[in-house]
Amino acid sequence: MLVLRPRSLDEALDALEAHPGATPLAGGTDLMVQVNYQGRRPEVVVALRRVPELQAMDARFIGAGVTWSRLTAASWPGLAQAARTVGSPQIRTMGTLGGNLGTASPAGDGLPFLAAVEAQVEVASRAGGTRRLAWDEFLVGPKRNSLRPSELILGVRLPAGLPEQQHFAKVGARNAMVIAIASACLVRSTDGGIRIALGSVGPTPLRAPRAEAMISAERRPSPAAAAEFGRLVAEEVRPIDDHRSTAAYRRHAAGVVARRLLERALA
Amino acid sequence: MNSIRLRVNGEERLVEVDGPESLLHTLRERLGLPGSKNACEQGECGSCTVLLDGEPVCSCLVMAADADGADVLTVEGLAGPDRALHPVQQALHDNGAVQCGFCTPGVVMSAVHLLAANPRPSGIEVREALAGNLCRCTGYGAIVRALAAPPADLAEGAS
Repeated sequence: MLVLRPRSLDEALDALEAHPGATPLAGGTDLMVQVNYQGRRPEVVVALRRVPELQAMDARFIGAGVTWSRLTAASWPGLAQAARTVGSPQIRTMGTLGGNLGTASPAGDGLPFLAAVEAQVEVASRAGGTRRLAWDEFLVGPKRNSLRPSELILGVRLPAGLPEQQHFAKVGARNAMVIAIASACLVRSTDGGIRIALGSVGPTPLRAPRAEAMISAERRPSPAAAAEFGRLVAEEVRPIDDHRSTAAYRRHAAGVVARRLLERALA
Repeated sequence: MNSIRLRVNGEERLVEVDGPESLLHTLRERLGLPGSKNACEQGECGSCTVLLDGEPVCSCLVMAADADGADVLTVEGLAGPDRALHPVQQALHDNGAVQCGFCTPGVVMSAVHLLAANPRPSGIEVREALAGNLCRCTGYGAIVRALAAPPADLAEGAS
């Protein structure tokens, strides 16, 4: 196994250009499970922890290498709350937001926030330059993204003027160390506009446009409107049965979580 | 094989690692440090917890080849030169917080990290810090009692 440990973005892009099939390694919390359980033996690994550009974080940009541990203290409540639910302290030390995008699991805890705020994913390669993709152009299916060979995930670009009210919640078998059965991030602007994105209840994170339109039109949403919001969300998700949950329970949980987040935002 | 340099428990070590092997494997099988335990190999149980550059990690999920240049603290590095227990180890011992002992090295490392940053943790803070350490004997009550709001000497010894 050839392991490359670039110390700058330039070196990282060169490494990926020279080895188009290389396996990028960020925190390793997904990749090493495949190594340990599925006998995955990458031929070339490009280890990204030493690339300073991927560690950058400011008001509009989060580098792909920013760890969950750092994000628990981030100024975006919807993302900080999600970061606190990722794995355990040990996992949060290593795991990164870019890893959520690279793995593209529907259960990625950071993804509902990105979908709710309509973030863009910034990627780059030596030959193709930098591309910015809307979150739903990047996340295209379960464990599938639109990253091209030799392309690196640089990070996430956030729109200006994000809604201040951001809430995240997640349903799992216990509070710690769980992969979501259902998760959601709800954001509410000062004009009352509400957006909600849901995780683990579809092939990618999903928005619930009918529920959003209904509740955003309510000046002062009543308990009945909140219940209707939850019902619509439950209708709009597209869950499957798997070893973690039935589709029916996921649908139910999505509706409950949506209503609770709305109540939190209105409180 | 890749040659990597680690500082393990204060000692410089040069070690050959094979492919994507985990840091846990390197510690146990190549460096003679079996204190970090091998159990789930997927980051669920915390029995392989070590401090990597001062932060807690599951060493089963760290690719050894990517740890080149890192500072690693394992449970073997805690006791003093006279083999006196680290205050965290002593507190667990004194409170009967060790049953079969398999999870203990990982619990100890998570607790050492917690107490270095927060010398007077509440029970809730201890539980959160140990959320990634499973005790198959279910001995959590004694572990939390041993570590929450510790006596002064425990806090001072945490580093």
